[in-house]
Amino acid sequence: MANVTLRNVRKTYPGGFEAIKGVDVDVGDGQFCVLVGPSGCGKSTLLRMVAGLETVTGGEIDIGGRIVNGIEPADRDIAMVFQNYALYPHMSVYNNMAYGLRNRGMAEAEIRTRVDEAARILELTSMLERKPRQLSGGQRQRVAMGRAIVRQPKVFLFDEPLSNLDAKLRIAMRVEIRKLQRRLTTTSIYVTHDQLEAMTLADILVVMNGGQVEQVGNPLAIYEKPATTFVASFIGAPPMNLMSTRPEEIRSQLAGSAAADAGILGIRPEDFVITDQTPDGGVALPLTVEAIERVGAETFVYGSREQEEQRVAATPGELPPGEIIVRIPGTDAPAIGTRIRVAAVRAKLHLFSADGRTRLEA
Amino acid sequence: MVEEEGFRRYVAHIILWIGIAIVAFPVYLAFVASTQDNAVIANGQMSLLPGGHFFETYYQTIFVGTSGSTREPVGNMMLNSLVMALLIAVGKIAISIISAYAIVYFRFPFRMALFWLIFITLMLPVEVRIYPTYKIVADLHMLDSYAGLSLPLIASATATLLFRQFFMTVPDELLEASRIDGAGPFRFFWDTLLPLSRTNMAALFVILFILGWNQYLWPLLITTRDDMQTIQIGIRKMITTTDALTEWPIVMATAVLAMLPPVLVVVAMQKLFVRGLVETEK
Repeated sequence: MANVTLRNVRKTYPGGFEAIKGVDVDVGDGQFCVLVGPSGCGKSTLLRMVAGLETVTGGEIDIGGRIVNGIEPADRDIAMVFQNYALYPHMSVYNNMAYGLRNRGMAEAEIRTRVDEAARILELTSMLERKPRQLSGGQRQRVAMGRAIVRQPKVFLFDEPLSNLDAKLRIAMRVEIRKLQRRLTTTSIYVTHDQLEAMTLADILVVMNGGQVEQVGNPLAIYEKPATTFVASFIGAPPMNLMSTRPEEIRSQLAGSAAADAGILGIRPEDFVITDQTPDGGVALPLTVEAIERVGAETFVYGSREQEEQRVAATPGELPPGEIIVRIPGTDAPAIGTRIRVAAVRAKLHLFSADGRTRLEA
Repeated sequence: MVEEEGFRRYVAHIILWIGIAIVAFPVYLAFVASTQDNAVIANGQMSLLPGGHFFETYYQTIFVGTSGSTREPVGNMMLNSLVMALLIAVGKIAISIISAYAIVYFRFPFRMALFWLIFITLMLPVEVRIYPTYKIVADLHMLDSYAGLSLPLIASATATLLFRQFFMTVPDELLEASRIDGAGPFRFFWDTLLPLSRTNMAALFVILFILGWNQYLWPLLITTRDDMQTIQIGIRKMITTTDALTEWPIVMATAVLAMLPPVLVVVAMQKLFVRGLVETEK
């Protein structure tokens, strides 16, 4: 059991490229921390630095009260689950799990106890003598987990462990990983680019972008109060609608609030209602319906606003200027081409400074 | 494989049989000649069916040798050839897998320079560097020895390149998993890389064994004693006789015997050999 603390961690590659630009994260004992961000944001690099597979060029990594910067991966008391599982193809499932223990000189009887226990938890008991290529993707994934569990490490590290599985299995394994972690109460750091995985797994969510931490916190708190427009559009699917407050239409509706001159207004698709009324202090927008997506329990309405406006900020998942997504429950949606009016109440408005880096209170 | 119906299929089979006949007939002829009496062959009246001298000829070939040009039993020649071919094949694999490991997995100064140096030796086969190599071997007093026969042929750029290419297809995560599992460089090599290279090593062994077995120029140059000569040299010496009749049955028996070990190696390792050449999944 251990805390993991990163203090101003930096990584600069020999070519001068700065992959990690000073990251501070504190993962408490037994917590499940998820690093999330678009590809190239440095989340995997950061995880590999914790594992000891990448050197640290600045700052400190502390696992259980010990600075591990110069310590070999094997001596850091961590276990890692790789994206492609990295199982030894020529070893049986049993030997894959036992290998790390044997290298540490553990007695064969103790190894057997641990592997059998892990196999029982992961339902691999009947497959211990098989080779990895005789297993399905989900089973290989479980073997990779088993290899981590038998070590009884201080920290589990997961590098996008579910991204090679199909959608259905991914959800099942996601739940399993969470249950397993609760049961073992081992501190875990998990890297993913899937915001849904991040939301559902995390005790602490770390949203990263461009080698920096954008926001750290409880996933729901981040969802409800994103600190920047990047976080706002990255967390939540479909992404939050972001629009400039410069047009008179919006500015006038925000009059009286401290944020009237803000810069960017954000409203989540599910916070809109189709209505002719304007809620007090809220914002209403006229839209022309351009597309409808019915997914069963809910329907997404894609509408465009009359005025063309400038791009708000260059962030992933950003909508074309002037396009708004509205999520409504059920399947009852307005016809394409009709004009509707959507509104959101004051409490559901998110306001950001013009550069999108600061959240303003409405 | 394309399935053809009726006539077309027979045509295909006939062509294949003709091909087999072209390859197999000389071999068959050599075998038949090895069982005939020398006088019959010399008269040009050899039949196409095996004669009655099989045991007699092969006994003489393996344990006694010809009466004239080389007095060495072919059994001994085969042993020499076998030792040389095995030393070359095993030595080449051992040296090149280790150097490929160094080049792929370690960062050291002049790594690429060394790699290119190895690469360049591809352009210097034995024939090109034969005099300096001979001089070195002679100075080291390795003439007429197994070491002299095999050592100069062991360094191999081709095998090093082959292993390098293979190692580069091994996912990096395997190395990283090994590091986390507490395996050092030696353990990773021994526990993971070697078992994964098994089929590659088998394929290479087959090729290199045959290459070693068929060496002619180098053994010719550095062996002078009869008891160190290899079978390929032996055959050649048997044919050149100045004042006596060439003992064709013995020559042919030697040729047949010379074919056997490579064939056995191929047959024994065929499965691994083919897998080593075609395998893509790691």
